[in-house]
Amino acid sequence: MLLADGLRHAFGAVRALDDVSFTLHPGQTLAVFGPNGAGKTTLLKVLAGLIQPRGGRARIEGGRSAVGWIGHQPQLYGQLTVWENLQFWAGLYDVPEPAFVRRERDLVARLGLQAYEHQRVRELSRGLVQRVAIARALIHDPRVLLLDEPFTGLDRTAAEEFRAVLAAQAAAGRVTVLVTHNVEEGTELATDIAFMRSGRFVDMAPRHGRGAAEIADAYRRAVSGG
Amino acid sequence: MLRHAWRLARKDLLVEFRSRTAILSAVVFTVLVLMVFNFGRDPTAVAAVDLAPSIVWVTFTFAAMLALNRAFQLELENQALDGLLLAPVSRSSIYLGKLIANLVFVATVEGIGLPLFALFFNVRVVPVLGPLVGIIALATLGFVAVGTLFSAMTARTRFAELLLPVLLLPFMIPPLIWAVLATATLLAGRPLSEAGGWLRLLAAFDIVFVALAFVLFPATVNE
Repeated sequence: MLLADGLRHAFGAVRALDDVSFTLHPGQTLAVFGPNGAGKTTLLKVLAGLIQPRGGRARIEGGRSAVGWIGHQPQLYGQLTVWENLQFWAGLYDVPEPAFVRRERDLVARLGLQAYEHQRVRELSRGLVQRVAIARALIHDPRVLLLDEPFTGLDRTAAEEFRAVLAAQAAAGRVTVLVTHNVEEGTELATDIAFMRSGRFVDMAPRHGRGAAEIADAYRRAVSGG
Repeated sequence: MLRHAWRLARKDLLVEFRSRTAILSAVVFTVLVLMVFNFGRDPTAVAAVDLAPSIVWVTFTFAAMLALNRAFQLELENQALDGLLLAPVSRSSIYLGKLIANLVFVATVEGIGLPLFALFFNVRVVPVLGPLVGIIALATLGFVAVGTLFSAMTARTRFAELLLPVLLLPFMIPPLIWAVLATATLLAGRPLSEAGGWLRLLAAFDIVFVALAFVLFPATVNE
């Protein structure tokens, strides 16, 4: 379970989060749409515990070890191979060696990285690096996924593969918060939709079968203040 | 804590072994400084043994700065630092891992620099090698402990490479003076017991600043 209760944060005079509250239960995927500077990344960082909010509280069942994070940057070491990177991060999460080997094989296969497993990350293309970042985020089998524009750099095929991975995660009861400014990317996966503007949730509701076009219209109205 | 720290240190050393950027810079710097001091001095004016302790410590200090600068820059390249802070690893483990990697790195530079120093300055280090290594180890521990902390503090600033020496060097003046005095005592052929006072001060500096760095480190990396 993930709980955000009255979250508030500011950078100087700029309000990044203004009384944001929601609760997510296993299997729920919340897509948060908002323009640049709306506070989406700050929200994820507060949820992850990377930023201490000025007000309110965030709680994730299982604490930090339950969180998988995909951000703007891949959080990988260019001089290490794909395998070495995954092994390093798995080690920090105390993933036992047999479980690591099993999960690594599975993720590498599902994300189409078999041919690059022993290649250094700095030699890979942007799209491949993003796939490795996805594998890194999932290597410890997190219960909560925090995704910040996760489709950046992925081609159509890789994006489809990643959607399938996320759908499998949701089916397995994982909680996901996905933030993006691109309505097309997040809609399909979401069980709940929120629009964010100037640090506030201006609207949050279950998706209820709404399609991308319908949500894009609602998004335009919400962020323009209409 | 130790397991995580070791994983982090091993990763840092592997990355450095693969790239060899900082170690090469530090070794080249060491060789150049020792050469300049060697060929630039007038051997009839001041005896090598009187100059040598200051020169070796100035060289080691600035060479180590290259390692310390790189310690956290490495984590910023792909925002890996956020990943480390998000992982269920104590901040102290991160500090300890960085400290171990920096110590190995600086020790490698010193291990290459010491024979060169003996060669260039014709100083007989072999008879006093054990105690000399002890003095170097004592001084290096304190230096690297404080340097690792400051490196974390300055890494996210715009002028990290400039800021680190400005912040670090004033802290380093007392232990460097003690290390120079202890080294001079040894190289002059006097017994180690005469440097006992300096060594105790170095040990006290290590204990105080390693402990302080462990306590202060979490505050330097939290956003």
